Amino acid sequence: MRSNPPRPARPTGRRGLAAASVLCILTVLCIAAPLFEALSGLDPDRVDLFSRLEHPSAAHWLGTDELGRDTALRLLHGGRVSLAVGIAGALAAAVLGTLVGLVAGYFGGWVDATLMRFTDGVAAAPLLPLLIVLAAVDLSKAGLPPEWAVSEAASVARIVVIVALFGWPGAARLVRGATLSVRERDYVRAAVGVGAGPLRIMVRHLLPNVASPLLVAGTLAVGHVILLESVLSFLGLGIQPPLPSWGNMLNNAQELMASAPLIAVLPGALIFVTVLAVNRLGDALQETLDPLARPG
Amino acid sequence: MTALLLGRLWQGALVLGIMSVAVYALIGLMPGDPIDLMVSSDPDLTPEDAERLKALFGLDRPVLERWWAWAGHAVRGDLGYSRLYAAPVLEVLGPALANTLVLLGTSFVLTLAIALPAGTLAAMKPFSWYDRLVNFAALAGVSMPVFWLALLLIVVFAVGLGVLPAGGTGEVAAGRSGFGRLHFLVLPVATLVFASVGGHLRFMRAAVIEALAQHHIRTAYAKGAGTARVVLAHALRNAMIPVTTVIALDMGTLVSGALVVEAVFAWPGTGKLIYDAILGNDFNLALAALLLATAVTLLASLLADLAYAWLDPRVTYR
Repeated sequence: MRSNPPRPARPTGRRGLAAASVLCILTVLCIAAPLFEALSGLDPDRVDLFSRLEHPSAAHWLGTDELGRDTALRLLHGGRVSLAVGIAGALAAAVLGTLVGLVAGYFGGWVDATLMRFTDGVAAAPLLPLLIVLAAVDLSKAGLPPEWAVSEAASVARIVVIVALFGWPGAARLVRGATLSVRERDYVRAAVGVGAGPLRIMVRHLLPNVASPLLVAGTLAVGHVILLESVLSFLGLGIQPPLPSWGNMLNNAQELMASAPLIAVLPGALIFVTVLAVNRLGDALQETLDPLARPG
Repeated sequence: MTALLLGRLWQGALVLGIMSVAVYALIGLMPGDPIDLMVSSDPDLTPEDAERLKALFGLDRPVLERWWAWAGHAVRGDLGYSRLYAAPVLEVLGPALANTLVLLGTSFVLTLAIALPAGTLAAMKPFSWYDRLVNFAALAGVSMPVFWLALLLIVVFAVGLGVLPAGGTGEVAAGRSGFGRLHFLVLPVATLVFASVGGHLRFMRAAVIEALAQHHIRTAYAKGAGTARVVLAHALRNAMIPVTTVIALDMGTLVSGALVVEAVFAWPGTGKLIYDAILGNDFNLALAALLLATAVTLLASLLADLAYAWLDPRVTYR
């Protein structure tokens, strides 16, 4: 008789380690961008038309772009923006989704039905086209002060907000499911019995139970948001130059690919490596935190 | 079953209605009002003329009132005129949908042809070398910025080697039709397949691993069935239930799913149409195309539920 195929062995937690290290190094380098700026005496925004598209040299380690700006410094500064947008967007979506999921799961009934139908509706919306519409909307027409509407802060905040607006359904479904499964447990009923209010029960007793799946989903969402930001910025609708992001540095990559491949390849490679590391970390977290979940 | 269908159709109509209001209102906030464009390009137009023009086109009325007028025409099948293409919206959407169907249909079939067998093989020996390799490749595909991959392929195969066209459908190229234009599909399809194989593969692998851990698999081995028969006849039947629903859901991204790839490769499909319409202030076209995309997504999720009930006898919808 043949035995059952062995159940997958539990992999060690080591495979997340490489991914975490890559992310740490990238983050530290990007945070230290002003330091490199001071040391090299270069300014990532300074246009120098006499040194356009230079090859890598001692002065410009990775050469210069089509406006003579230092590629290495712009990559670091772009990384600050891309990473910050990714983390902030995923965090905002997770917070929004957790709120909706907790309320729907805890109160049940028509509250649950209404909120979940709304969630289904948002999830059914065509994501990228709507992001494009929202990214193109003229904020001053929406009643915001015109000078703020075109500022750098607005282009960053706008991406974070619109990504969160459409990114929350996943977290909401996750939190609702987990809430439903623990809502009737004895310790929750005990808490109700001793007079704990809804808010206390949700925060103290339900939320800790969804923390680990939420952490996994949130980690994977960071990668997703970084990809979305890069697409929007590539299409010219996301982060607005001169503020660099890995996505908008690829804006005119289509023209530069043949003449200056380094400029066209590097930002994309950094997006790829970052998102790969984030996804890998998410997988490893899942295996470590949730060993009972289906392997994947 | 009928009640479920009717309920879902009613819900779908409601979602479409809300979506159309939201998109209608949002589009009004985009830069480049047509009347403003007319004023800025013609110095003889006075502000009073602009007001008169706005009244003529009904642009001075509140958003909801304008939406109501639009919806009234839309339900009677009149989606208006496309500004960019100077043709009725429906006549523009048709050919674009056909182009997208060719592109996404080909990619979809290829994706599944690779992902399902590769995922099954990986699941048969979890954490083996083959599994690790396949898993890493799948994760790489999922983590790749699609537009960047498209650019790299263009540089290597169109600019560098010069063996494949960088974009378009080859419709303009004289004397070419049908199979003669097939090579225009290669790069966009390759991009889409690489980007989407990973997700399906990882899902298939997880589903097969779970199916192989069931008790009836042990029974099948015990009665003397070989590995091939156990996997193909016993495990896949169960594994295909969740996989089919995911495949059905994936079909929901048909209309706008290839937006970026279509934009980079200048493939005249619905994704590129939506992109051009939004950026070109072609309100009627953008609105109709976005609603079509939403409708297809809703239809696919209904299809997924029906497939689930059909494949799994334990599931019944009341």
